[in-house]
Amino acid sequence: MTNLFDRGMHMPINKLLLTTALSLGLALPTLAANVAPGDTLADNQDYTYWLLDAIKSMDPQINTDVEGSGVLRSLFEGLYDEDQEGALVPGVALNHDLSDDKTVYTFHLRDNAKWSNGDPVTAQDFVYAWKRLADPATASEYAWYIELMQVKNAAAVIAGEVPVDDLGVKAVDDHTFEVTIDAPLPYFPKMLTHASTFPVNQKVIEANGDKWTEAGTLVGNGAYILKEHVLGEKVVMEPNPNYWDNEHTIIQTVTALTINDQNAALTRYLAGELDRVEIPAGQYPRLKAEYPDQAVSVPQSCSYIYMFNLDEAKGPEALKDVRVRKALSYAIDRDIIVDKILQGGQWPSYNWTHHSTEGFQLPDIDYSHWTQAERDAKALELMKEAGYGPDKPLDLTLNYNTSESHKKIAIAVQQFWKKIGVNLTLNNMEWKVHTDKMQNQDFDIARYAWCGDYNEASTYLDLFTSYSGHNNGKFFSPDYDKLMKDSKTAEDPNPMYTAAEQILADQMPMAPIYQYTKVEMIKPDMRGMSLNNLMQNWYIKDMYRVAN
Amino acid sequence: MITYILKRLAIAVPTLLLLVIISFLLMHAAPGGPFTQERQLPPAVLANLNAKYGLDEPLWRQLVSYVWGIVAHFDFGPSFIYKDRTVNEIIAQGFPVTLTYGTVSFVVAVVLGVALGVSAAIWHNSWLDYLAVGISIGAQVLPNFVMAPLLLLTFTWWLGWLPGGGWEGGDWRYMVMPVIALSTSFMASIARLTRASMLEVLTSNHIRTARAKGLPESQVILKHALKPALLPVLSYLGPTFVLMITGSVVVDFYFSTGGIGKSFVDSALNRDYAVMLGITILVGALTIFFNLVVDILYAWIDPKIRY
Repeated sequence: MTNLFDRGMHMPINKLLLTTALSLGLALPTLAANVAPGDTLADNQDYTYWLLDAIKSMDPQINTDVEGSGVLRSLFEGLYDEDQEGALVPGVALNHDLSDDKTVYTFHLRDNAKWSNGDPVTAQDFVYAWKRLADPATASEYAWYIELMQVKNAAAVIAGEVPVDDLGVKAVDDHTFEVTIDAPLPYFPKMLTHASTFPVNQKVIEANGDKWTEAGTLVGNGAYILKEHVLGEKVVMEPNPNYWDNEHTIIQTVTALTINDQNAALTRYLAGELDRVEIPAGQYPRLKAEYPDQAVSVPQSCSYIYMFNLDEAKGPEALKDVRVRKALSYAIDRDIIVDKILQGGQWPSYNWTHHSTEGFQLPDIDYSHWTQAERDAKALELMKEAGYGPDKPLDLTLNYNTSESHKKIAIAVQQFWKKIGVNLTLNNMEWKVHTDKMQNQDFDIARYAWCGDYNEASTYLDLFTSYSGHNNGKFFSPDYDKLMKDSKTAEDPNPMYTAAEQILADQMPMAPIYQYTKVEMIKPDMRGMSLNNLMQNWYIKDMYRVAN
Repeated sequence: MITYILKRLAIAVPTLLLLVIISFLLMHAAPGGPFTQERQLPPAVLANLNAKYGLDEPLWRQLVSYVWGIVAHFDFGPSFIYKDRTVNEIIAQGFPVTLTYGTVSFVVAVVLGVALGVSAAIWHNSWLDYLAVGISIGAQVLPNFVMAPLLLLTFTWWLGWLPGGGWEGGDWRYMVMPVIALSTSFMASIARLTRASMLEVLTSNHIRTARAKGLPESQVILKHALKPALLPVLSYLGPTFVLMITGSVVVDFYFSTGGIGKSFVDSALNRDYAVMLGITILVGALTIFFNLVVDILYAWIDPKIRY
């Protein structure tokens, strides 16, 4: 039995405080599980945060975006939650057993978990939700996630080849949920904090159809209930009295305001209307100087690259030469991009996987510790070897989608590459056009970014396998494929990940540029914001305000 | 007159249909679809989505069933992006918002614009005229996407008088900045149009006659000059009104009003076909309707016009 999930271990002090408070008959409203010793709670426990865009869906199996997932983590609760650092802690499941062949997970659910309408949360609810995710009739965009989780028959169910009931999930009894997966998957439990795996209430969905997600109708099992949802304006949530751990919820009113303009959001933060906003590109140094206790920059699991098109038929001839690809990558001065353009503490990147990913060890990538002058010299040399020079310049096109920072980076790269004899044409296009062209291999070089789905290197590295649906540059390497396949069953896959990164560095199917940070303004009295969680999976039930 | 109105309404139907067909085809001609995303969907998942939303059918059949849905059930279809909602719901939520701040802005723009224009014309070449022209040129060259952040900085951050955005069911405090941002440049255009046309009317024969028979200046202006002076303004107001009540993407974008202006632009960018078509039809129908209203008003203001 995996028994590292004892949430009680995180909170003895607070439980003590609570019991003391109760026995003294004090009228304290609530005490959070994770209130740090010495913190005094503020009277105001309302929290208002920023959403860039309207929430597209409040349905866990339909939602597709990160902001929606944030709201769903408050309204629903999956098998496991994440703590402040991103480690798994019990959610509805207390713990699980794993069969000897590592393909059958048996989750033991807590018996005090309830829906917001008072019904108990049972294993059947998970069975229903997971089948719903795979069911072709649901047509979930995130159906691929259950395939990625390798739940037995997921691919066949999605393709409509076998009935939904053949999906490898089963309710052994009300509090025992069993999942069978196709092959051992070391990071399977980590994937369970994803919103698409959250349980949903069958009764409510069947009674209300697509309308079940409206405020007043929506029934969840999370720490909060949906009070109001005005599309494009705001989402308001309040504590769910039926939540099993409601006594430890501190924040009383949560408001998420949609503000489409980042600068407008920042202005409203400074005017005191919001407690948390993202900082627009380039403004971090100024805000850090002015508000040192509010401006923060923390790693975020996303990686920004320029993808080379290596497609047999459609990729440019020049890019098929690894020397050219290397020269292009070497010539990019990442320090300028990070320090002068983005200015938010981003990480200059010479590899693909985000460096903070749990357990991941970077290989020794040679050019990462050269000086830029050395890289430029080597790039020139490689270009010359490949047959390009001042008398024979190389013409290439870079596609990027409309955005101020993409544009600035593209212009900088155009200048860097000019030095090695590359005439780069910049091709700015609308988002959907960019994506469409990329997925049809209609590009030379394309801007691309990927964010991890879970805190493990395979979420990045799988992309460059020949069988990945996202490998738009069409890089194929049998060695790479083999490493990634073997890693799935390895006791410790991390050395294989390191080797895979080394292949990427040697073959350079893309030019890494930078790795993300989340750059934000947060009111200084906010606590429990999960800033050290690389996936930026925060839980409002962990948050509280301190009295200054 | 009645025949004329009926005739115009009869033409509206094929016009709208043509609008739908052209928009539909243009939309489908644009690369990418509603489910095109950075993480390419596996073919089976995409097939399920297309089947659910009928996007696997031939184009002509999609078009026919779309139009039939509207004609038979007044159903504009589902949103492909906001999957919990139908197009009817999105419009029902956003349009009243847009209609409210658009109408208020329109009234503000017309009242201030006409007043400014008339005063400038009456006191032609005086300091008042220069001030009015100055204001209207200033207001016109200051686009609302510049003005919106300036308003926000001034009233929300610096003075702290107004909430920075939201709608709250139409509370006046949430309406002030959207209305200023939306009405200013229209007010400027109306002021300049009114001024020019008023100046012309003031030198015409019937005004000279009115003055000659000894009418007080206020009566000359209000009774004899204003009505004909407003004719060219009126033809500008029809489309302007439609423009204002069908939303401003800038206002929705900066002030989170939740109107349909932003939904319209988003739907085009997201390839949210049904939402985009629904709002196109709404805007088209309103344009046709208010052009007709303007034409009827014309006949009322200018007795020389007969239909």
